[in-house]
Amino acid sequence: MANDFEPVIIGFTCNWCSYRAADVAGTTRLKYAPNVRLIRLMCSGRIDPTFVLKALADGADGVLITGCHPGDCHYLEQNYKALRRHRLLQRTLAQLGVEPERVHLTWASAAEGAIFAATIDRFVERVRALGPLRWPARPKPLPVAVAPELAEEALP
Amino acid sequence: MKPKFAMYWAASCGGCEIAVLNIDAKILDLDANFDVAFWPAAMDAKYKDLDAMADGSILVTLFNGSIRTAENEHLAKTLRRKSKILVAFGSCANEGCIPGLANLSSRESMLETAYGGPSTENPAQLRPQPTSQVPEGALTLPPVQPVVRTLDQVVEVDYHMPGCPPESHQIAAVVDLLVQVVQGRAELPPKGSVIGAGESTVCDECPRERNVKHLTQLRRIQELGPLDTTLCLLEQGLMCTGPATRSGCDARCPRVGAPCIGCYGVAPEALDQGARMMTAIASAIDAKEPEAIDGILDGIPDPAGTFYKFSLAHSLLRGGRAAHRETETP
Ligand code: SF4
Ligand code: SF4
Ligand code: FES
Repeated sequence: MANDFEPVIIGFTCNWCSYRAADVAGTTRLKYAPNVRLIRLMCSGRIDPTFVLKALADGADGVLITGCHPGDCHYLEQNYKALRRHRLLQRTLAQLGVEPERVHLTWASAAEGAIFAATIDRFVERVRALGPLRWPARPKPLPVAVAPELAEEALP
Repeated sequence: MKPKFAMYWAASCGGCEIAVLNIDAKILDLDANFDVAFWPAAMDAKYKDLDAMADGSILVTLFNGSIRTAENEHLAKTLRRKSKILVAFGSCANEGCIPGLANLSSRESMLETAYGGPSTENPAQLRPQPTSQVPEGALTLPPVQPVVRTLDQVVEVDYHMPGCPPESHQIAAVVDLLVQVVQGRAELPPKGSVIGAGESTVCDECPRERNVKHLTQLRRIQELGPLDTTLCLLEQGLMCTGPATRSGCDARCPRVGAPCIGCYGVAPEALDQGARMMTAIASAIDAKEPEAIDGILDGIPDPAGTFYKFSLAHSLLRGGRAAHRETETP
């Protein structure tokens, strides 16, 4: 059963080094686990914990965040911001009973296609070992039985 | 015949009811323009009287409290049917508030803490039972549900009024609006609107001086020396959730030197109050090395309880795994 489990992973990359790393991994035809759906943003500093929580709430088993190496961010120091958000989010997730390792942060340069592919493989295996997250769906409210418009008879 | 008004409390502390009574003489306007049909906190009422009312016969119901028990859920559905306008009134009904923090634990451990915990005097170790036999017959208690839900997770809601409790001046303004609507002098806002609150953050209403933040420590208030009376509290190292919280209270707490704890709920345009606060804190921390960052973060001993104090049940994850586990279909 656990062996059949294919983790769904959402990956966020910045537009520069880390996306290039993914691109290089692809164009050099490196084989790596197909479980990560990549979403490209301008910078890792744009990644709001909201994105991660929404991914987990809506069916992802793990989230990968990638950015340029420290010192290489194209917007100066935004990747440090990503690092701080990640560490804080992990603490919060642990309290909510979500294994913090389900959200992984890694740096990658444009020359690191092979490293990037290996990181993805390792992360997919780690999430596979943790098992499915299966967060319950949002409850659906009962529709209004009575239209909220003011009805004549309710008024004086 | 005057239109009917109702107010009900589900899982709540009663503060919302007090806040409504706190609007002073304005309460007389409510009485002059509405027939108070059902308001258990203020007048005698039986559920059978409510059941006897026709569907849609109550013009407006202010519903406070979250949905913790089957009784809460039943009343939410009943009042939805009976009411033309259903207002989620206060933080519990909107976002779960303090009762919603129980979603960090399983129902069992929550009940254990409440009835067996160190703050409870319970020598006989009694636990609530669904049915108890007494000489007069069987007594029943409504079942406690596995997770706390907000009103809009159970029934459709027409308007949202945040706050723990909503500020009296905001309630008075809403009562004024309702009276004007009844008198045909004003229109209702679009369905789904947030009423009785602002469209910005607590920081925007806060009179304290704000600068670019360079947080090097976060401390509890008793661990800090005397505070500067004019400078932003967060900048002084005190956790203040003003940046993630909706305006409307006139920054009541930071104005008097107490940090905002987030009672007006998630800021407009944001999906998740905790995520917004994590973003704000992480941006303000002045450290780059993991160890230094962790040292500062250690100053937040309870991040989930701090960032989601009022909005856990309505956050993206709605609680922790322990509470959700029971709702899973195997
Ligand atoms: S963080 Fe708190 S003290 Fe600082 S400006 Fe915002 S509300 Fe005021
Ligand atoms: S400052 Fe914050 S905690 Fe205080 S009343 Fe306003 S929203 Fe609530
Ligand atoms: S541009 Fe790559 S992390 Fe900022």
